[in-house]
Parts: sequence; structure tokens; C-alpha cells
Amino acid sequence: MPLSSTIYVLAIPFFMFLFLGLVGVKMPRKITGVLGVLGMAVTTVWAYAIAFTYFFGDGPQKVNDVYQQLVTTDWTWLSFYADKLVVKLGVLLDPISAMMLVVICTVSFMVHLYSLGYMSDHDGNPEKGFQRYYADLALFTFSMLGLVVSTNIFQMFIFFEMVGVSSYLLIGFYYGLQPANHASKKAFIVTRLADLFFLIGIMILSFYTKTFDFKEMMGANGGTICNAFTSAQGLTFMGCSVTGWALTFIFIGGAGKSAMYPLHIWLPDAMEGPTPVSALIHAATMVVAGVFLVARMFPLYVLEQGAMDIICVVGAFTAFYAAAVACTQSDIKRALAFSTISQIAFMMTSLAVSSAQGKLIGGHEAGLGYMASMFHLFTHAMFKALLFLCAGAIIHAVHSNENSKMHGLHKYMPITSIAFLIGCLAIAGIPPFAGFFSKDEILVACYEKGIGWGLWMSMVAGMTAFYMFRIYYLIFFWKKHEVHGEHAPKDQPWTMTLPLIILAAISVVAGFVPFGDLVTWNGKPLETHMNWSVAGASVGIALIGIGLATVMYRKENPLPDKLATMFKGLWTASYKRFYMDELYQFITHKIIFQGISKPIAWFDRIIIDGFFNLLGNVTNSASFGIRKMQSGSVQGYVSYYIIGAVLLAAITGAVILCI
Amino acid sequence: MESLGNVIMYVIIALTIIVFSVLAVTTKKILRSATYLLFVLLATAAIYFQMDYEFLGATQIAVYAGGIVVLFVFAIMLTHKPGEDAAPLTSHKRILGLVACGSGVVLCGVALFGYAKFCGQSLTEMGDFTIDKLGEMLLSTDKFGYLLPFEAVSVLLLACIIGGVVIARKR
Amino acid sequence: MFGCGLYGFITRKNMIAMLISLELMLNSVDINFVVFNRYLFPAQYEGMFFSLFAIAIAAAETAVAIAIIINVYRLAKNVDINQITKMKF
Repeated sequence: MPLSSTIYVLAIPFFMFLFLGLVGVKMPRKITGVLGVLGMAVTTVWAYAIAFTYFFGDGPQKVNDVYQQLVTTDWTWLSFYADKLVVKLGVLLDPISAMMLVVICTVSFMVHLYSLGYMSDHDGNPEKGFQRYYADLALFTFSMLGLVVSTNIFQMFIFFEMVGVSSYLLIGFYYGLQPANHASKKAFIVTRLADLFFLIGIMILSFYTKTFDFKEMMGANGGTICNAFTSAQGLTFMGCSVTGWALTFIFIGGAGKSAMYPLHIWLPDAMEGPTPVSALIHAATMVVAGVFLVARMFPLYVLEQGAMDIICVVGAFTAFYAAAVACTQSDIKRALAFSTISQIAFMMTSLAVSSAQGKLIGGHEAGLGYMASMFHLFTHAMFKALLFLCAGAIIHAVHSNENSKMHGLHKYMPITSIAFLIGCLAIAGIPPFAGFFSKDEILVACYEKGIGWGLWMSMVAGMTAFYMFRIYYLIFFWKKHEVHGEHAPKDQPWTMTLPLIILAAISVVAGFVPFGDLVTWNGKPLETHMNWSVAGASVGIALIGIGLATVMYRKENPLPDKLATMFKGLWTASYKRFYMDELYQFITHKIIFQGISKPIAWFDRIIIDGFFNLLGNVTNSASFGIRKMQSGSVQGYVSYYIIGAVLLAAITGAVILCI
Repeated sequence: MESLGNVIMYVIIALTIIVFSVLAVTTKKILRSATYLLFVLLATAAIYFQMDYEFLGATQIAVYAGGIVVLFVFAIMLTHKPGEDAAPLTSHKRILGLVACGSGVVLCGVALFGYAKFCGQSLTEMGDFTIDKLGEMLLSTDKFGYLLPFEAVSVLLLACIIGGVVIARKR
Repeated sequence: MFGCGLYGFITRKNMIAMLISLELMLNSVDINFVVFNRYLFPAQYEGMFFSLFAIAIAAAETAVAIAIIINVYRLAKNVDINQITKMKF
């Protein structure tokens, strides 16, 4: 398949969005769903073909074993000031975008298929807005695909916003429920705030480099970095170089989408949306947009150590924080959400430590972290989507998110249980599951940066294993399930089980993909080798975490409660997510609303509105006053007319006489 | 100086016009009002004849006296019961009307006064103005041709016919 | 005659009577045109043609007006200008 046909991978979901959105309501629900799934299936096959051609075919994309950045579609959208400011839209293919095409299409296809079963009914009633749901899914898929193939940073921003919008639509899918409304607003506003920084970053960066284009900005494939950028590094603002500021701002934009601390607060609430949506958007694809953004700009970040350090610290802290919170959550989707935050922080940290090795140009380990980050992105998307879809199946079966309502489901839902177990093993990093390989690479990269970073991240990896198995045991074991009502929970229909099986299979084998040969920051293959000491240590720590979880949660016992009472303060703080939401509440309500918004609102209401109200009132009363003159009586009009004519004549006569 | 006969004729016609138009607007019975209007129109036609505009006079009689007044009479018959009087006027209205009327008359008088020098001037010879010349002028496009207004008026009349039918027909 | 028309137009309450007054005014203007044409420019005929067209238009206008009046009468059983206030704000 020719690479120039990549544009159709985008076109199909967009068409499906228009089609399902406009005429979907007129069609039976079944047909809408099947159409959506078929459209996505075609897209997926197409994307696979493209990725295969890119990685393994012969063509301009591979010169001397180096993968090139290939612009397959280029279209000038806006052009200002005699072509000095040009905004283009296009399709850019390089290893990471080809990889992302595969990830997005796979997960999206699985979710489309899964939703056929999951969204078919809502507590026994036919789901309202089924067609809208599929249209929104298609829109999201289109936006996400557009994001990863952006040729320039402005196009990326546009699609950044579009994934934000479609995420908003899907979180607020149950718009009749108040929490869903609040959650969708929260997600939108928080990411919007972050996008503001992103926009500022774009402006600063493009002002100095005189271009939006990725290829122009950083030279193709790690070649010469745009001269304008390097010269702008000399300029400083408040002690840091302007490019450092720009890249930090851009990172904040990415952090908003990727839920880095302290902008993570929207992601747990976003779980109010339908569970397949959580799997697609808030676990596998959209939340890694920030990671992707940093990866895309990686050659520039390499030159700005300051920005990289910020990312590194933020990432490492977020990973720990989210893992700590995930250990106590009782809502399984929330626990998974925090796990997602933690894992994305892993990727961020990995990206950031990658440049810190100081021997990037020509060095042996150059870009190991980058490769590991992308690898983890790939595997994480698969197993986290798997976990979420399992959670969806469970929720669908027991109609609750709380794990206190579950317990002991292993007997009733064996397939789901095994799939969930595979997901847990993968995320915990047990060989030979996918997570082991990618996480191992990340840990190696961290140890390269410094032993402290390595130990920290290893600890977080151990916590990951602990909390994942805590969830697993609490759902499937702990104690016997109390069957409520007449029907016991059971495995879901094939549309929902099949994606679980497929994703579980991928999670098992994805680790063996030779990522080092395919996806690297400069397109050259990277030699990876198992660092057995790190690998052994990480497996060991993961096993310790699992063992701890087994001891505490395998069978019903008083140990967890005892521990919770013993460290009551800590436990409560973790359960309350370390009071981050309360802190935000305080800042927004007490400081911003009271201190800034209220006076502005007063000014607006009293002064500005008052002025216009005055104008309106004066006009209104004046027109009421003179309304009587418009009596509709022709005779009256004629009288006035004659009197006026006489007066005019008299005045004219007087003037003539005077002259 | 004009011939005495013409002057006497003119005075009679003018008096007729004035008297009957005053009567037309003051009489209480609407049908009488229409009749007085007929007399005014006829007198106007007489003025035209006196001016040697025979065609115009004939048109006046045919269209106004023959057409419009009949139309009026029909309309009055359709909308009034016989013997019904007009409602009495309020004094306010009457005063307003009188003021407007008086000022109108004064205005016209002042304007006409500027041409007072024509008073008593005898009619000059008009040249040979015949019906066929008039027809030619109506249908020519020369300097003094009136084809365009002629066509405009014909379209207007057509529109009026259609409009009248549409408005007045029963739904 | 113009003054009379004016007076009638303002004071009359009956729509037909108002129309009659209107005709009076039109006629007075016609006479003016004709007379001035005759006395000032005896070789030309603008005034006469103007009157001619005015007569034609007046006839058309009267016909439409009477159609409207009859229609109104059918609806309101009345042709009094002051009592037809149905469409007034």
C-alpha cells in the first residue's frame, strides 16, 4: 500500500463521524453500530498496511537503514503576510507516528467492537444516544490520528483541541447525570488551561524559529537543528533561555493532556464516561498525547537540559504520587485511572532521562529512554485498554464501580478474570508479558541517569505490582460473591469477550516486538541488550509487591483494616488523593473567584451592563412616549403634513424676504 | 383682453366648482356628496374645453364622470343603508380641518400670486393640435414622445385589474 | 377646490367620502397643470399629458381603493376610518 494513502486512514473515521452523526439517528441502532465497527475495521487494516509498508517495505522512507520523516500530504491552509506566516495541514510519517497509527487503530477498533455489547443496554433499557456515541468515537479517532500525523505544531494544536472536545463529549455522554456533567467540564477546563500554555509555547517557539513545521524546526532525522533555534538559545528571559521557556510551556500543555501532577485532577473524574471510552481515551490514546508531543519535539528538548529536568522531576513525582493514591482507591475505575497516570509518568520520566546521559550525539546508549518510552506507550496502551475493558465487563455484570460490591467473581467470570490477570502481570512487569520488556528498558534508562532515579522508579514499579494485584484480588477473590437478585454475574457476550481475548494475546506477545530496530529518536536502529541485574531486580520487586498483595488480599482477613487504622492519617490522605481536589477547590473558589472574579463581575454587571441597560431603557421609554403619534389615522398624518408644509413655506418665504 | 363671453363663462364655471366642491365635502348624505363630485368633475371638463383641450375634456368626462363616479355610487350602494347620515363631527376635528384647509389655500394663493401678471391675458393661438398628432406623440419615442409613461400606465392598469380582482373576490 | 378636498379629507370619517375628497384634490392639481401649460407654454403639451396620465392613474387608484374598501366592509361591516382598529398596536 503506497504511503501517500495515509490520508485515507484519517478520512474514513471523519466520514464515519459525519455520516453517523448526521443520519445515524434515522437508522436502526444495530446498523449504526455495525457500520461504525466496519468503518473502524477498514481503518485498522489500512493503518496496519501503512505501518507495515513503512517499517518493512522498500521506499523513500528508509535510506541506509535510517527511517526518514516522510511528508505524504501537504496542503497550505492559511497564508498571511505574503507567505511569511504559513499554516499547513498535512500528513507526516515517521517511526513514532506509524507506531501510533497502529496503537490508536487497534485500541479504537477493539473499543468499537466492545461497545456493541457494552452500550447495547443501560440497566436493561436500550441505551439512549447509541448513534451519538459511535459518531463521537469516530470523531475522537479521527482527531487522535490527525494529531499523530501532524506535520507542524499548529496542526498539532488544532487536533489537540479536537481530542479535547471529543473527550469532553464522551465523558459527558450521560449528560443527564450531574457527576458526568461536572467531570466533563472539569476535564475540559483543566486541559484548556494547559493548552493555553501550549499555545504560548508555540508562539514563542515559532517567533524565534520562524516556522511551525517540525521538519524545518529540528531538521530531518536528528540532522542539523534549525539555526534559528540554536541562536535563540542565547537569548535569556528571567535567567533562562527563551527556548527553555517555550519548551517548558509546551510541556505544560502536554502535561495537561497526559494528566501530570498537578494537572492530573481531571483524569479520575473523567471515569464518569462509559467504560469503553475510558479505555480508549483515558487510558490508551488521548492521555499519551502529551508524551507523544514531547517525543515529537524531542530533538529540541535534548538541547534544553532545564526543560528536561523539569519533566524528569514532574514525571518521577507523579509516578509515585499516583501509585500511592491507587493503593487505597475503592472504585476500580479510579484505581485504574491513577495507575494510568502513574504509567504515563513513567513514559515522561523515561523521555526526560533519555537526554540526561550527556552523550547523545553518537553515544552508545543515546536515546534509550526515548525508545523505552515509546515502547512502554505501545505496550501500556494494549494492557491498560485490556484492564479497562475487563473492568467494563465487570461493571456491566454487577452494575457498580465499587469493589466492595464485587469480590469472588473468579468463579462467575473466568474469561474476564484470566484476561484481567494477564493485564495485571503485564503492568507489573513479569516476564514474558509485554510490560516487563518496556518497563525494564525504562528502568535501565533511569539507572543510566543516576542510581537515585533508578531506585525511585523501581520502588514505584513495585507499588504498581502491589496495587494492581490488590485490585485483582479484591475483585475476583477476597470472599464469596453475594449474589443479589435472580441472576448471577457471568461472562459477557462475544462482542465484549473477543476484544478481551485479542488484547490479552497482544499483551502477552507485544514485548517481543523489536522496538529498538524500529522506533528510535533519530531513525537509526538502537542496539538493546538485556541488563540482567536491573531486570532481575525489577522482577524481584514486582514479585515482592505481588506477594504482599497476596498476603493482604487473597482471602478475607482483618490485616488491611488493621493497617488502615494503624496509619489512619496516611490512609485517609491517600484515599482522598492527598487533598489535591480540595486544594484546587480552595484556590479556585476562595482566591480566584472571591478575589479576582467577583470584582470583575461587579464591574461588568454594574458599570458595563448598566451603561447598556441605560441606553436600552432610554430608547424604550422614548419610544413608548412617542408611540401615540403613530396612531394609524391617515387624517392625522395629513394634518401634520400640511402644517409642516406651511411652516416650511413660511420659513422659506421669511428667509427669501430677509435676503 | 379676452372676450367678455369667455370671462363670464369662466366665472360661472369657477363658481360652480367652488360651490359644489364645498357642498361635496360638507353634505351629510354620502350619495349627495358623490353627485356633487360629479358636477365638479363636469365643470373641470368644461374648463378643459375652454382651454381648447378637447381630448382632455372628453377623457375627463369619460373616465371620471363616466367611470369613477359610477364606481363610487356602486361602492356607496354596497356599503351603506339608504338614508343613513354621516356621523357628526367633533369640533376638534373640524377646527383642525379648517386650519389645514385655510393654510393650504393661503399657500396655494401665495404661490399663484407670483403669476398674477397672467391675469387678463388673452389665450394665445395654440397651433394645430389634432387627435392624430396626440396619438403619434403618445406612441413615439422622440423628444416629446410619451411611449414609456404610456406603457407604464398600461402595466399599472393591468396590475390594478388583477389587484382589484384578487382583493375583492370572495375567499 | 384643493382646500375643499383637504378639508374633506381631514374631517370626513367615511372612507368613501375621503376618497371623494381625494379626487377633488387630484382634479384641482390637474387643472393647475393644464392652465399653466396653456398660458405659459402654448406650443408644448407636457401639462396636458401629465393630466392625462394623472387621470388614468387616479382611475386605477380609485378602483383598487374601492376594492379594498368593499373588502374591509365585508370584514368589519363598517367603513368608518376610526373604528377599523383591528390591526392597530
